Amino acid sequence: MMAALQQVPPMKPRSLEVEVAGLRGVTKTYGDIKALNNVDFSVRAGELVALLGPNGAGKTTAVKLLLGVAAPTAGTVNVFGGNPVNPGVRMRTGAMLQVGKVPETLRVREHVSLFSSYYLKPLPLTETLSIAGIESIKDRKFGELSGGQKQRVLFALAVCGDPDILFLDEPTVGMDVEARRALWQQIRNLVARGKSVLLTTHYLQEADSLADRVVVINQGSIIAEGTSAEIKAQTAGRRIRCVSRLELSSVRQLPGVLEVRQDREAMEIHAAEAEAVVRELLNCDPTLSALEVTSAGLEEAFLALTKENGGTGSVGIGHVGMDALGRPNQM
Amino acid sequence: MNSRPISATATIFAKEAYYELLKYIRIPMYAGSTLLFPVMFYILFGLVMNRDSSMGRIGVSTYLIATYGTFGVMGASLFANGIGVAVERGLGWMQVKRASPMPPFAYFTAKFFVSLVFSVTITLILLGLGLSFGGVHITLAAALTLIAILAAGVAPFCAMGLAIGFLTGPNSAPAAVNLIYLPLSFASGLWFPIEALPKFLQHLATYLPPYHLAQMALGVVGGGHSGSTGYHLEFLFGFTLLALGVAFIGYRRDEGKTYG
Repeated sequence: MMAALQQVPPMKPRSLEVEVAGLRGVTKTYGDIKALNNVDFSVRAGELVALLGPNGAGKTTAVKLLLGVAAPTAGTVNVFGGNPVNPGVRMRTGAMLQVGKVPETLRVREHVSLFSSYYLKPLPLTETLSIAGIESIKDRKFGELSGGQKQRVLFALAVCGDPDILFLDEPTVGMDVEARRALWQQIRNLVARGKSVLLTTHYLQEADSLADRVVVINQGSIIAEGTSAEIKAQTAGRRIRCVSRLELSSVRQLPGVLEVRQDREAMEIHAAEAEAVVRELLNCDPTLSALEVTSAGLEEAFLALTKENGGTGSVGIGHVGMDALGRPNQM
Repeated sequence: MNSRPISATATIFAKEAYYELLKYIRIPMYAGSTLLFPVMFYILFGLVMNRDSSMGRIGVSTYLIATYGTFGVMGASLFANGIGVAVERGLGWMQVKRASPMPPFAYFTAKFFVSLVFSVTITLILLGLGLSFGGVHITLAAALTLIAILAAGVAPFCAMGLAIGFLTGPNSAPAAVNLIYLPLSFASGLWFPIEALPKFLQHLATYLPPYHLAQMALGVVGGGHSGSTGYHLEFLFGFTLLALGVAFIGYRRDEGKTYG
């Protein structure tokens, strides 16, 4: 991770004050379901914003509104100072959406060539193929590709027009670790060239390592916003891991303990301060072993935030954990 | 700065149509079945079984070029538009297209183009078979008029296909198309001459679009029995507008829907 961060190319000066895309007081309902509830947020020029949340939080809805493929029930959507359905705005926008089925009998280069023709000043085909890392599969039919390769082709369709802003809805779903790292690098390169990016993700690691700013969304509302460091600080604390004979319920009663859970043979405790809790644990259980104390990550912060917010069954480790297999979601 | 020159727009329409055609030609099941059924029926009922019979003033082999031609036009148009749109819409591809700067009309024009290519191909095959093996004698002018009428007949069925594509989902569209396409063909006299059907079906047929297209096509080759060309044209024109209206309502309704 650190190695990847150090590879970031020298940054161009950005004008972070200028909003390039934003939602103002946006509510979107589908029948009885409120997908977004009075949401405000913006993406500024040259910035990479991660919209982080569990499945069904409203991330995809926010992206669809910003792309003008869905209309808000209330509030306004603004991209480059205009309505996103405006053809002039679309010319400066690139999008990667979650798609169930893409025409399978067309070849990769045919898909890219067709989408390139929609834009006034597209990148040369070879450059698009190289950015997405799909030169070697350019003559393959889309239906013959693996899940990760398909994602890369969809990424190519998003960047082929050299747009000023990119909306990427769960771009790395279905990718293996190596492909995901490569795509992250390409996204960083685009930001270094002055592009603005909004990406949605439920991989905390992705938000943590890529984003200038993280917007945490749950059940249709924004519950936190800031750099990933700031979000972690909001729920500053320590993670204590140990193997102990103590009951989870009794540990939960200890002062300073925010959350306890069993993780295989070990117990994982999230606490505001580690020292007092560790002292108490050692007093109560002399056989305690494998003690580890680390600072809480974004994951803890995220869990704490969504819990405060009244998140129930929809939020859990299974949903927000770093799923190495990258299982596709909410198709 | 953001307006596109006309030449670039023309390129998009041409590319969209070309790739749409490639997409279908590379699906043997689609390309094969769309062409195969009308041609097979024509060979069987027009050339093998009834070659020397006649239907009123014209031979069966001539009569069936018009009706199986109509059948082919309807199939090509309903499958490309009905199922094509329902699948691409229901599974998110249409949203990717809509989010891009593609002129929306290019998408529909491409579907129309594919229907047209398949329809004209079917008509040409049927004419070729009839002239070579069916003892069909028609003037060049009549043959060209027949091709033109069946080509124009793509419009009402593309509109109907779009309406189905916007009202059904990716799983229900194939069933919906077959449920409409097969009974409609039968009741409009595309498989068996309309005169051979029960009286109430003959009456019902006058409300069905394929009947009107088939009657226009028959008129060109010396068959057909009722109504002026103007009446058939009016019916088909009205039907096209109605179907496009339904499709447009579905298109607008999509904005409020989610597919994941």
